[in-house]
Amino acid sequence: MPAPIRLRELIRTIRTARTQAEEREMIQKECAAIRSSFREEDNTYRCRNVAKLLYMHMLGYPAHFGQLECLKLIASQKFTDKRIGYLGAMLLLDERQDVHLLMTNCIKNDLNHSTQYVQGLALCTLGCMGSSEMCRDLAGEVEKLLKTSNSYLRKKAALCAVHVIRKVPELMEMFLPATKNLLSEKNHGVLHTSVVLLTEMCERSPDMLAHFRKLVPQLVRILKNLIMSGYSPEHDVSGISDPFLQVRILRLLRILGKSDDDSSEAMNDILAQVATNTETSKNVGNAILYETVLTIMDIKSESGLRVLAINILGRFLLNNDKNIRYVALTSLLKTVQTDHNAVQRHRSTIVDCLKDLDVSIKRRAMELSFALVNGNNIRGMMKELLYFLDSCDPEFKADCASGVFLAAEKYAPSKRWHIDTIMRVLTTAGSYVRDDSVPNLIQLITNSVEMHAYTVQRLYKALLDDISQQPLVQVASWCIGEYGDLLVSGQCEEEEPIQDEVLDVLEGLLVSNLSTPVTRGYALTAIMKLSTRFSSVNRIKKVVSIYGSSIDVELQQRAVEYNALFKKYDHMRANPNPNIAVITIHASNSTEADMTDFVFQAAVPKTFQLQLLSPSSNVVPALNQGTVTQVIRVLNPQKQQLRMRIKLTYTLKGSAVQDLAEVNNFPPQSWQ
Amino acid sequence: MFFSFMLLFSRQGKLRLQKWYVPLSDKEKKKITRELVQTVLARKPKMCSFLEWRDLKIVYKRYASLYFCCAIEDQDNELITLEIIHRYVELLDKYFGSVCELDIIFNFEKAYFILDEFLLGGEAQETSKKNVLKAIEQADLLQEEKILKVYIN
Repeated sequence: MPAPIRLRELIRTIRTARTQAEEREMIQKECAAIRSSFREEDNTYRCRNVAKLLYMHMLGYPAHFGQLECLKLIASQKFTDKRIGYLGAMLLLDERQDVHLLMTNCIKNDLNHSTQYVQGLALCTLGCMGSSEMCRDLAGEVEKLLKTSNSYLRKKAALCAVHVIRKVPELMEMFLPATKNLLSEKNHGVLHTSVVLLTEMCERSPDMLAHFRKLVPQLVRILKNLIMSGYSPEHDVSGISDPFLQVRILRLLRILGKSDDDSSEAMNDILAQVATNTETSKNVGNAILYETVLTIMDIKSESGLRVLAINILGRFLLNNDKNIRYVALTSLLKTVQTDHNAVQRHRSTIVDCLKDLDVSIKRRAMELSFALVNGNNIRGMMKELLYFLDSCDPEFKADCASGVFLAAEKYAPSKRWHIDTIMRVLTTAGSYVRDDSVPNLIQLITNSVEMHAYTVQRLYKALLDDISQQPLVQVASWCIGEYGDLLVSGQCEEEEPIQDEVLDVLEGLLVSNLSTPVTRGYALTAIMKLSTRFSSVNRIKKVVSIYGSSIDVELQQRAVEYNALFKKYDHMRANPNPNIAVITIHASNSTEADMTDFVFQAAVPKTFQLQLLSPSSNVVPALNQGTVTQVIRVLNPQKQQLRMRIKLTYTLKGSAVQDLAEVNNFPPQSWQ
Repeated sequence: MFFSFMLLFSRQGKLRLQKWYVPLSDKEKKKITRELVQTVLARKPKMCSFLEWRDLKIVYKRYASLYFCCAIEDQDNELITLEIIHRYVELLDKYFGSVCELDIIFNFEKAYFILDEFLLGGEAQETSKKNVLKAIEQADLLQEEKILKVYIN
């Protein structure tokens, strides 16, 4: 039997394969050879064969038949065998399969081996993939090694203990005695892993946390030494001494200082020191600063220190390195609630990050921007955010739109601004707006009574431009249905559409391919509602009856029910509320100068009630160049003759003018 | 920083090393690897080294033709993770002498051994470059011996 080919030979051969099929063939051939070699219980080449198997496994091929072989290698007395065996175990064995438990005894023996590198292999494997059962069985061995003076083993035992605690938290107590003098070690490896172990224990148990608080002075001292000590070539990274250890200590301090005044105070100075003295030209320095900032923000630090931390983040935002900007934004997002004012100072830099090329940075900048919006900066911020909404990637649009709606609702400086903002969102990102926005927006519009005319006009115009964005179309349809009378009544500042044009638009929605079934429902209902506001009732009746046989069940049902209204309840049509008269006034000015601050007021007899909607403007242009219109609704339950006293006030050529009059010649139809 | 896993892959998406510190089935590992590799390879050079993927924090950096990609926990420091990745690259570089992808391909088991002397259970076990390399050197020498002397403590 020729010796199995060497690992590197196999790798070379497989790499010459020109197709996937060729590679598969080579692999299958080699696997067959390896299988027969395994069957022959060949000790000499087992290591080589398993190594080859591991290579093929990495290429994606099955290698489970090598699992037991790994166990045999682990049990061997050759170091090479053990090395490959343990590697194989970590790559091929799965803690969910019972076969892994066969390792336990070998590991136990190797943990007590006379050669530290063998002990190291065992600790590494246990710490990487030890199952709960294995951890339970071997925790005692790990605990023993945690107390050894051999720093090579001690550091590994510490991390192995971390793994054991993660797998079997109840075992945490047994490691407590061994932690007693871990921090007195000079060896950085042991120090680092000890800090990791202590961190793990403190995070898991409030009792441990309380117990280890007394270590704060010692940790502060170690950190201080690292910063103050001269150049140490062994641990130096770009002029900083053991940044890994510094970061871990800072993190442990964070956990110990949280919610504890005394501990926080004890670490105040060192945090200030690190924050001001750390070299920031390279990533490593910034990594330490970052951890420091996180700690300052989490513990009970004094306000000066907190401001220092936020300012570090502010500087990070201006850093050329995008990674630094990213972590700055992440951290600011965490602190924006608690340190709102400090973060506000960096608002313009944050807003600039909306234009960053990196998607994650943009997202964070967006979230942070929304968090910073308040009553004072709403106009400026909204401008930036709407601009962002226009140009951002589709993945952001839905969240951005929702954010804009929320912010607008909370801080809108005026109703008109609010409606304009909504319009802007619907027209630029209309198809990304969430489904629940539609009823919310309708509610909002309903409540802004004086804006009804303005809103319906703008929505109607938007529909003329584009009917593809469903939320926009739905809100617009609803508004037209509800306020269609205002749309055609001359309320609008510009040319108002006539009834047929409006119905054309709505009918267009019904037949368009772009409309979803929900949108069609809205459109049909709107058309129906207009039958009480418009005079083209017959046209509407026709449309509704057509849809009585629509394939869309929802539409069909609506149409059938509306048809029924036409038949059975038509007598109620003439005046849905027969007691309300709607009167539109048109004011024009034939003088040479504009009438400004124009206000129309009216009073009616006691049995009437009056509602004045907003005028189209406060300026009546000179020389009949335009009119101001205003709608008056009069409730007349007793059907008495309508009389009105009116008062006009305005400013003409700098002087205030007041005009009083009585109007008694309202046509009978308006009040009978 | 707790690493859930570390992957090394080429620009063509070929896996060169995979170290998992959390228990997952082979199928799950393959799925994660395939999708994550695709995601990272699609990133443009101007993007930052961090991304949120599923509910993981991913840190990656490209060194020549190899991507070093790892998953860390929510509370972990991304910037120091970059330093950890860099330290591993330095170790490989020192060991192989100006390391390149071919070294990792033909000596993948050594790449694992070095990683296992630097990280244990997903955390850094040694912060001194010298000590890691010394340990590897000694262990390599031990491979030369025929049989290990064994006595139980």
